[in-house]
Order: sequence, then C-alpha cells, then structure tokens
Amino acid sequence: MLVVEVEKKLGGFTLNAPFVSEGGCTVLFGPSGAGKTSIINMIAGLMKPDRGRIVLDDTVLFDKNAGIDLAVWRRRIGYVFQEGRLFPHLSIRHNLDYGRWMGGHPADPAAFAQAVALLDIGHLLDRRPGKLSGGERQRVAVGRALLMKPRLLLLDEPLASLDSGRKDDILPYLVRLRDEAKVPMIYVSHDPNEVRRIASRVMRVEGGQVTATGGAELVN
Amino acid sequence: MFNLTPEDWVAVRLSLRIASVATLVALPFGTAVAYLLARKNFWGKSLLDAIVHLPLVLPPVVTGYLLLITFGRRAPIGAFLADHLGIVFSFRWTGAALACGIMAFPLMVRAIRLSLEAIDRRLEDAASTLGANRFWLFTTITLPLALPGIIAGMMLAFARALGEFGATITFVSNIPGETQTISAAIYTLTQVPGGDAAALDLVIVAVIISVAALMASEFFARRAGARLHGV
Repeated sequence: MLVVEVEKKLGGFTLNAPFVSEGGCTVLFGPSGAGKTSIINMIAGLMKPDRGRIVLDDTVLFDKNAGIDLAVWRRRIGYVFQEGRLFPHLSIRHNLDYGRWMGGHPADPAAFAQAVALLDIGHLLDRRPGKLSGGERQRVAVGRALLMKPRLLLLDEPLASLDSGRKDDILPYLVRLRDEAKVPMIYVSHDPNEVRRIASRVMRVEGGQVTATGGAELVN
Repeated sequence: MFNLTPEDWVAVRLSLRIASVATLVALPFGTAVAYLLARKNFWGKSLLDAIVHLPLVLPPVVTGYLLLITFGRRAPIGAFLADHLGIVFSFRWTGAALACGIMAFPLMVRAIRLSLEAIDRRLEDAASTLGANRFWLFTTITLPLALPGIIAGMMLAFARALGEFGATITFVSNIPGETQTISAAIYTLTQVPGGDAAALDLVIVAVIISVAALMASEFFARRAGARLHGV
C-alpha cells in the first residue's frame, strides 16, 4: 500500500494531492502541467517535497517531520520514463540486467526469460538502444524497470512519444504486466483511451489538486 | 632512415616516458577536478578554476620557477616528499614529468569537463532509480559516457607534455639521459654551429610521434563515440 501526503510549491501553484493506492494500476489523469510527473518524482525520490510523508508498505520513504528521506537508489521503485532513458553505451541485455546487477541479486534466468517473452524483446537483446524504434525502446524500458523486481512501478506517460498505432501495440503488454506480474503501478497519462484500458482506479489531477477519484468512467 | 645518435634515442625514449607518465598520473586528478568543476558548487570554485588554468596563461618559465621554489630539494614540499616518501623531483626525470603534467593539466581538465557537462543527467536519474549508488553511478554511467572527452583530454595532455620545454628546463634543467627531452635536445643541437642538420632528424621524429598520437586518439574517440550512439 502506498500512502502519499505531500506538499510542494511548484511554479504557479502548490501541489497538494494526497492519495492512497492499494495495488493494481492507479492512473493520475489530467492536463499537462497539473503536477502529475512531480507527484511520481517525489515517490521515486527524484524531487524533494516541502513537507509531508510518503510510505510504501512498511517503509517510510519520506517524512519531513522525522527527517527521513530515503535515497533514490535504496527505494527499489521502478520508473519508466516518457523518453525511455535507456543507457546508450550498454546493450539491451545489459540495460535489462542493470537493476539486478546494482541490487546485487544473483542472475534469475527464469524471470529474465519471462519478462523478455512478456514484452517480446528477445530479438533485441544484443543490439544497442540507438538502433531501436520508439516502441521497442519503451518496451525495453518497461522490462528494465520490471527486472529490478520493484515494489512499485511508476510510469510517466510511457506511450506519449509514440503514434497511435504503436500505442495499441504496447498497451496490451502493460495490461498483461498489471494482471500477470502483479506489480502495483502508478501510471501518469492524459490520454483517455489509454486510461480506459489500463486503469484499475483513476485520480483526476488539476492544478496540483486531486479533483476527482473513481474508476475508469471518470475519463468519459 | 634516420641518422639518430644513441643520445638522440635516449632523448626520444625519455620524452615518451615523461609524457606518458605525466598523462597517466594527471588523469585521476584531472578527472576529479573536472568532475568538481562540472557538477559541484562550493566556496572557492572560481579560485580552483583559475588555479587550474594558470599554467595555460603564465609564461612556462614562470611555472618552472614556481615549481623550483615549491618542489626543489630544499623547498618546503620538495624536502618533505624527499625525506618522508623518498620522492625527489629536482634534476630528475620525475621532475620533468611533474612539470609536463602541470602544464598539460588545464587542457585535460577542459576536455573532460566539457564531456561531463554534455552528459544527459536524466540517464543518471534513471540509473539511481535502478539502484545505483553514487559510486556505481559514476563508474557505470558517468565515466563511460564521458569516455570520448577523457580520451581527447589524454591526447591533448600527451601532446602538450611532449612539447613542453620552458617549465621543464627551468625546473629540472637539461641533463642528457635524465631530463633532456626531444625538445631540449633539439634546442641544445641548434645552439651548436652546424647542429641544425642533426636537429632535423629529431624534428622529424617529433612530428611522427605527434601525428601518430593524434591519429590514435581520433581512432579511439571515434570508437568510443560509436559505442555511445549504438552503432
């Protein structure tokens, strides 16, 4: 269970969007500039809240009053960025292995093979990111985050840079990820079609506030 | 092909050794200083920047003189190093390497700093979400991404060290077999009547070494760059 109760002063408004997520895929839905990415950056530890606390299961990630601010690399939260951010100097195989390697975990060929099959990226393993299409790159980015065995997966508009055909290719993978890998997800999007297919729960975020909470019907 | 005398060969070998040692020893320091200047904000940063660049703007003879009064046998730092660590710089090839390293330092730092500043920091954020602590972040992401700049910096430093003359001759003099580099040997030959012809062979060797160093660095930098761009 993820509990987020933080405040952060951003450019024109104060972000104050408390919420609780209990597994499945929670979508943060709303116009760009509403503070959605800032929320997940604070969960990941890439942005520091002004006050409040963030708790994931039994781990306090951030607590201003208690002076707790767990380092990004200790949080074990997977993050799929809008632009993939694959490491250009490493092969796809090494990109996928990076999180396991950094975590000091032994190789897990079964988990590797499963993620590779789920995302259909087996034919890319020996290539480098520079040669991949946008869709392939995002699938690898999802695999890389998944293979670090995260406690939570953050996805920041993972399909925004792709055309609609490519989006339809990748969305089923993400749905399978939600249903088969059972990793809790926080998914940022402003595309209603995407939200309807992936969301277990939707929170509408506008101007740094949560203006509505509900199911996928919220985006209609 | 060349009419190099045994003494000339000694100077060539010495030059290569001094330039290589100067470059390799300067590398970790140059990388550290470049990292500080590119990434950190601290009190005295512009002062550090100025000190690093000083050898670039000072007359080399002045740099050599300053080395003499700090690292000479009786100078404070020089005496300490000699008495406690057994490291002697004055009138030794190690002193020549020190002078060359310091003269080459600003060029090395500039090249590495530029490549560090060009790195997409978002890749480093991605690595830390994947569990990389600061050490692993630096060694597995930052350093490899800066590699083309590091190679360029090493090449510039090596070339600069090879051509160093003023600071070296001021600091450690011009002793054949110990501190007489190609540059100093050429200078010595040209001071003797009729020595120009003998100097020409050394000049040709100097040109060949410089061109070879340039081509090698181009080759390695291109290979490193190609790796980065996924070819």
